[in-house]
Amino acid sequence: MSAPPRAVELGLVGCTVCGQVCRAPGPLAQAACPRCGAVLRRRKAGSLARSWAFLIAAFIFYIPANLLPIMRTVSLGDVDDNTILSGVVELWVKGSPDLAVIVFAASIMVPMLKFVVLATLLVCAQRRSRWAQVQRARLYRLVDLIGYWSMLDVFVVSLLTALVRFGFFSEVEPLPGVIYFGLTVILTMLASMSFDPRLTWDTDKDAP
Amino acid sequence: MDTSLQICEDCDTVHRRRPLSRGEVARCACCGAELDRHHGLGVNELLALVLTSGIVFVVANVWPIVTLGLNGQHVSARLWGVILAMWERGAPIVAVIAAATLFFFPALRMLLLGLVLVQARRGRRGAGFRPAMVALHYLRPWTMNEVFVLGTLVAIVKVRAYFEVATDPGLYGYVALMMLITVFSGVDLRRLWELAREPAA
Ligand SMILES: [Zn+2]
Repeated sequence: MSAPPRAVELGLVGCTVCGQVCRAPGPLAQAACPRCGAVLRRRKAGSLARSWAFLIAAFIFYIPANLLPIMRTVSLGDVDDNTILSGVVELWVKGSPDLAVIVFAASIMVPMLKFVVLATLLVCAQRRSRWAQVQRARLYRLVDLIGYWSMLDVFVVSLLTALVRFGFFSEVEPLPGVIYFGLTVILTMLASMSFDPRLTWDTDKDAP
Repeated sequence: MDTSLQICEDCDTVHRRRPLSRGEVARCACCGAELDRHHGLGVNELLALVLTSGIVFVVANVWPIVTLGLNGQHVSARLWGVILAMWERGAPIVAVIAAATLFFFPALRMLLLGLVLVQARRGRRGAGFRPAMVALHYLRPWTMNEVFVLGTLVAIVKVRAYFEVATDPGLYGYVALMMLITVFSGVDLRRLWELAREPAA
């Protein structure tokens, strides 16, 4: 099968909000989608710069999110500060190993995967690389789909904070790590939304 | 504007639209992204589902989610108890994130969905159709009820060693809401643009 035409070649542009196929405005001009009113652009504005900015900010927050404890449990005067990782270990030992694996995947593997995948996509898009385009497209969809599951531990801490308040018997308190973690998740989501997947296929070195 | 064409959002490849049979999914020949899938649910069915989601959402928010017991004392939590606890205990940012992704955005999404579906059913775009469709597009990634359900399960396992744990109707409401949201995620709302015609000027 011969390569199907791309919108740029036909002078068309797809509206990212409603999917409408529109006649492309001039190379620099901006137009509004006649159907939904969103700004029509060939590519998301400043996609690479914005995506890098969110990704780097997310990575900076990810460090305290993992090093600082996310919650404190006080039980009969016994104070115990938990990090993301120690929470996973505790769940593995005392609770159920299968849930520990899920929490580990959501809180540690998914954010790491997002950093590595998005950085790779951004570098390749900048170089207009033709390397593994189909796989890169697939990875982007995967990362976009699973990213928000990282919020899991943030919700666990919130629930425990609300539930465990038996006065001097025991108590759960949120610690700053959980705030950094929540912000990391939001920032990685913004980073992957800012990335324009169409850039993966813009390999023509002469194109603007 | 040519409605027989379709542009892949992931790679900008232009495709010709073709009718799909039951269960069929159209994928981009270039990058493999999903372009279109056969719609099993009509507007009436979707409207019924939105109504059900609304009821389930009320159940999930009015009844407690989990109750803990220790030495005859009992504590139960509702979603808003969880949000307020984070607000009061020094994590207001987390409280705002939770309130937005678990309450306000899902609620807004259901209201807007109801609005556009009612108009699609009449076959005419009324007031607010356009902004509602645009808002639905942007809201979609920011509802996290299904993550909250899994979080509740993890929290239950964590405290089971120290407390008696009982699950409450709110949790079942959330589980049902999670399943309904999953159904909606598979529905391409963009076809509502075609179902609801622009009123003649
Ligand atoms: Zn494609």
